[in-house]
Amino acid sequence: MEQARSQQSQVASIVDQHRDLPGALLPLLHAIQAEFGFVPDDAVPVIASGLNLSRAEVHGVISFYHDFKTHPVGRHSVQICRAEACQAMGSRQLETHAKESLGIDYHQTTADGSISLEPVYCLGNCACSPSVRIDNRIYARVDREKFDSLVADLRGPK
Amino acid sequence: MSRFFIPQDTTALALGADAVAAALMEQGVELVRNGSRGMFWLEPLLEVETDAGRLGFGPVSPADVPAILTALDKDVSSHPLFLGPVSEISYLQSQQRLTFARAGEGDPLCIENYRALNGFRGLEKALQLSPQQMVDQVKESGLRGRGGAAFPAGIKWQTVLDCQAEQKFIVCNADEGDSGTFADRLLMEADPYQLIEGICIAGLAVGATQGYIYLRSEYPVAHRVLNIAIERATQAGYLGDNIQGSGNSFHLEVRLGAGAYICGEETSLLESLEGKRGMVRAKPPLPAVEGLFGKPTVVNNVLTLAAIATIFEQGAEVYKNFGMGRSRGTLAIQLAGNIKRGGLIELAFGVTLRQVVEDYGQGTFSGRPIRAIQVGGPLGAFLPESQWDTPMDYEAFAAIKAMIGHGGVVVFDDSVDMAAQARFAMEFCVAESCGKCTPCRIGSVRGVEVIDRIVADQDRDNNLILLHDLCDTMEAGSLCAMGGMTPYPVRSALAHFAGDFAATAGSCSEEN
Repeated sequence: MEQARSQQSQVASIVDQHRDLPGALLPLLHAIQAEFGFVPDDAVPVIASGLNLSRAEVHGVISFYHDFKTHPVGRHSVQICRAEACQAMGSRQLETHAKESLGIDYHQTTADGSISLEPVYCLGNCACSPSVRIDNRIYARVDREKFDSLVADLRGPK
Repeated sequence: MSRFFIPQDTTALALGADAVAAALMEQGVELVRNGSRGMFWLEPLLEVETDAGRLGFGPVSPADVPAILTALDKDVSSHPLFLGPVSEISYLQSQQRLTFARAGEGDPLCIENYRALNGFRGLEKALQLSPQQMVDQVKESGLRGRGGAAFPAGIKWQTVLDCQAEQKFIVCNADEGDSGTFADRLLMEADPYQLIEGICIAGLAVGATQGYIYLRSEYPVAHRVLNIAIERATQAGYLGDNIQGSGNSFHLEVRLGAGAYICGEETSLLESLEGKRGMVRAKPPLPAVEGLFGKPTVVNNVLTLAAIATIFEQGAEVYKNFGMGRSRGTLAIQLAGNIKRGGLIELAFGVTLRQVVEDYGQGTFSGRPIRAIQVGGPLGAFLPESQWDTPMDYEAFAAIKAMIGHGGVVVFDDSVDMAAQARFAMEFCVAESCGKCTPCRIGSVRGVEVIDRIVADQDRDNNLILLHDLCDTMEAGSLCAMGGMTPYPVRSALAHFAGDFAATAGSCSEEN
């Protein structure tokens, strides 16, 4: 209860910081997601009233963009590029391996809460494919072994 | 002691540049984190300033550092990673670099370095001209939009200049979503002030006082670099109020996208900037007349706006003298996918695809034969070998039902399954369609299903007819290129690699 109230007040303060920005909704949603890791359902009415929008409009924007999550995610985001340049270098095999070795599909989180696996369409690293992004770092020429060693550092409970 | 350079762009970092930098720091050398020159197969590329010019070593790992330092003191050419003077590497030396001339020279965020390399000269010249004279320069240069549509930039600017409005906007489209493209990213990371200069000139020319760079969220390094560059350019009086004492104002802000490919389409981008779903708008009204928040808006790609800085610095005449036909200036070709020497190749329009993949690329990374090349991103056609002698020129590509787009070239070797690639084109459209036009939203879903039936050999002939009919509907009935051009990769795969669609397809059938 106490936690929920503090979350709501944090949301309200983020809304206040963005209220006067032209086209505020995307920067605001990014800020909320940066704070909580996702956009909590409870935040939607606060955002809507702060920006003078309907809840449906806010929900519509959240659901349109791949980046915005509506549920808690893992401590680390692992994105595998699915676009053509990476496919030409074996990313289809890499994604199969990633799903098998982590035991999850895209848009899912490992049981220990360490990793959420996401597809991404191009990281702009197409001359040295396949590309993988882990949080804010991008890795080039990722084969199975390199993938395994990258994710090994992320595993385990907090 | 001479200065050492290790790039800090996304690809160099992705290949371990930070670890090499740390190893160099341990040795106590003076280190500059420069931008990449775009020779990505050599990254991390170490450069050392010497009397004989900047000498290169690459690709370098941290373990190579002590031996390189020793070789520099003795016989430098004896080191196996020694590349000679960087400016004489033929991949780079043979290019015609205008937009990317500064990339890799120094710290991209050092404003003094930018000025020393002729930076902000274009802006200084622009401040001496009237808005109409500035727009005339752009028209004279023949510059066409580099985002893919190739619309003449000067005409767009003229429309915005001619509009009467209390507020106008410049929007830089940095939502570089096409697979196989990274030129915008490299420019932003390796030479951000050039983009800022071009945007500022655009604002002065059309009477806009506010600009936005709409940057995709997949580019965290570019995001950091741009924010710092804007802050420093504002402190130095190149942005903000009273630019260089001229009395003109122009403010610039970066806005982050949220992982929607469609937001690279200009009207969808404007919706997104306004804080809405990125739904494509019908045109007219053109964004030049009713754009961001309903105001006249120039929407130009990163490379278009960067070229503006060059055009004003060196003159429209100089720029126009590069290129062929109606495609003037230089094209930033991005060589990617299964290629031995991938990277950024800036050349005048007119080079053939074969020259790009064979002379620069040196064939595939896997060592197997090249089978197909996709040019222009996920909406571009797959080209078989019979079409590789087409010159890279907007009209020449349009004539073979292909497009140059943003200049991405993705190479596939002979292990590629072209039916799977055609299916992926439809699948991508399912994931990324904004949903406004039915042929795109639903047609792409049906497209995946029909291709699956063809490959499974179910009522093959009728399903092939159906697929072509579906492609016709998507091409004719979609507002933007997402639905309108998704059929290009599908049809080209069918036309040139039909064998892959047979139930018994081997991986290497050739029909071209």
